Amino acid sequence: MDTNDLIKALAADNRRPGLPMNTVWSGVAIGALVLAGVVFSILLGPRPDIAAAAETVRFLFKFVVTIALATAAFAAMRVAAWPDADPRKLVPYLAVAPALVVGGVLLELLAVPSGSWVTKLVGTNYLVCMTFIPLIGLAPLALFLLALRHGAPSRPGLAGALAGLAAGGIAATFYAAHCPDDSPLFVATWYTIAVLMLTVLGALGGRWALRW
Amino acid sequence: MSGADDEHLARLLRAAVAGDEKAYADFLRDAAQAIRGWARRWTIGGGVDAEDVVQEALLAAHVKRHTWREDAPVIPWLHAIARHKYVDAVRRQARRPTVGIEGLEDTLASVETEKARDWEIGRALEGLAPGQRSVVNAISIEGFTVAETAQKLDMNETAVRVALHRGLAAIARRFGRN
Repeated sequence: MDTNDLIKALAADNRRPGLPMNTVWSGVAIGALVLAGVVFSILLGPRPDIAAAAETVRFLFKFVVTIALATAAFAAMRVAAWPDADPRKLVPYLAVAPALVVGGVLLELLAVPSGSWVTKLVGTNYLVCMTFIPLIGLAPLALFLLALRHGAPSRPGLAGALAGLAAGGIAATFYAAHCPDDSPLFVATWYTIAVLMLTVLGALGGRWALRW
Repeated sequence: MSGADDEHLARLLRAAVAGDEKAYADFLRDAAQAIRGWARRWTIGGGVDAEDVVQEALLAAHVKRHTWREDAPVIPWLHAIARHKYVDAVRRQARRPTVGIEGLEDTLASVETEKARDWEIGRALEGLAPGQRSVVNAISIEGFTVAETAQKLDMNETAVRVALHRGLAAIARRFGRN
C-alpha cells in the first residue's frame, strides 16, 4: 500500500472522531471522585471527632496540601495527554504541594519541642495510612490511565506517573478525613510514601498501557 | 514550515473535523509532505524507511485527531506524532533480528528495484480479519469509493464504513503494541 492509497482509506473513514479530551477529563474527574468516595466510605469513613478536628489548623492544612496536589497533578496529567506537550511547563504546577509540605514541616519544627518530633512523625498508625491511600487511589488511577489511553501522551511513563500522583492526591484527601494524625511531620513522611507508591504504579502502568 | 502553512493546515483540518472529506484528503496529502521532510532528515543513515514513518504517523494522526485542539497550531502537533512514530519504528527495528547479507548485496539491490516496495503498513494490513482486509484493500489500493465497495462486496454502506474504521484502528493498535 503506498501513501496515496493509505490517504484514500483515511479520508473515507469519516465516522465521528473520538470524544474530545475535555469531555473525557470531566467524566473521569467525576468518576474518580465518586469511586474514591465510595471506597473510602466502605473501608474507613471519617474520624469520629471530625467536627472538633475541623477547627484545628493542622487538620485543615492536610487538605490544603492534598487538594493542591490533586488539582496540580490532574492539570499536569491533562497537559501530558497531548502529543505536543512540553513537560517542562508542568514543573510550576507540581512544585506547589511539595513547597507547602516543606513550609508546614518547618513551622511544625518551630512550634513543637524537639523531644516530641519523633512521636509526631511516627504517629498512631502509619501502616493504615500506607495501606489505605493506595487502596482508595486504585480506581481513580485506572480511570486516569483509560483517559490517557484515549489521548496521545508522547511520554507514557511520565503521563502514567502523573496519573498516579493525581490519584494519590485524591486518595490522600479522602484519607485525611479519617487519619487521626495531623502533624505535618506525619503527613510529609507517610502520605508522601503512600502517594509515591501510586506514582510508581502509575508510571509502570503507563509504560505498559499507554503505547500508541 | 511557516505560520502561513500552519494556518492552511488548520483550515483544512477544521473543515475535515466538520465532515468535509475532500478537505481531509487535502490535509492528509499536505501533512504527508511535511512529515516526509522531517522523516527523511531523521532516517539518514539509519535502518528505518522514511516512508514507513510517514504512513504510520498519518495513521496515528488520523485515529488521534481528537487530540488536536482547534485553537492550537497543527504543525507542532503533527511533528510530535511523527517523532513518536519514528522513535517507535527505531525501537522495532532494533528488536528485529538482523540477517547477514554479505555477498548478497547485488541480488538484494536488484530485487529491491524490481518489486514494488512493501511498507510496514501493507504487512499490517495482511494481518487483518478477512472482511476488514478486503474493505480496506478495496478503498485504498483498488481506489473504490465506499458505495462502490459496498456493491462489489455485497455489503451495505454502513457495514463498509464500520469495517474500514475498525480495520484502520486495528492496524494503528498493532503498531502501538509492538
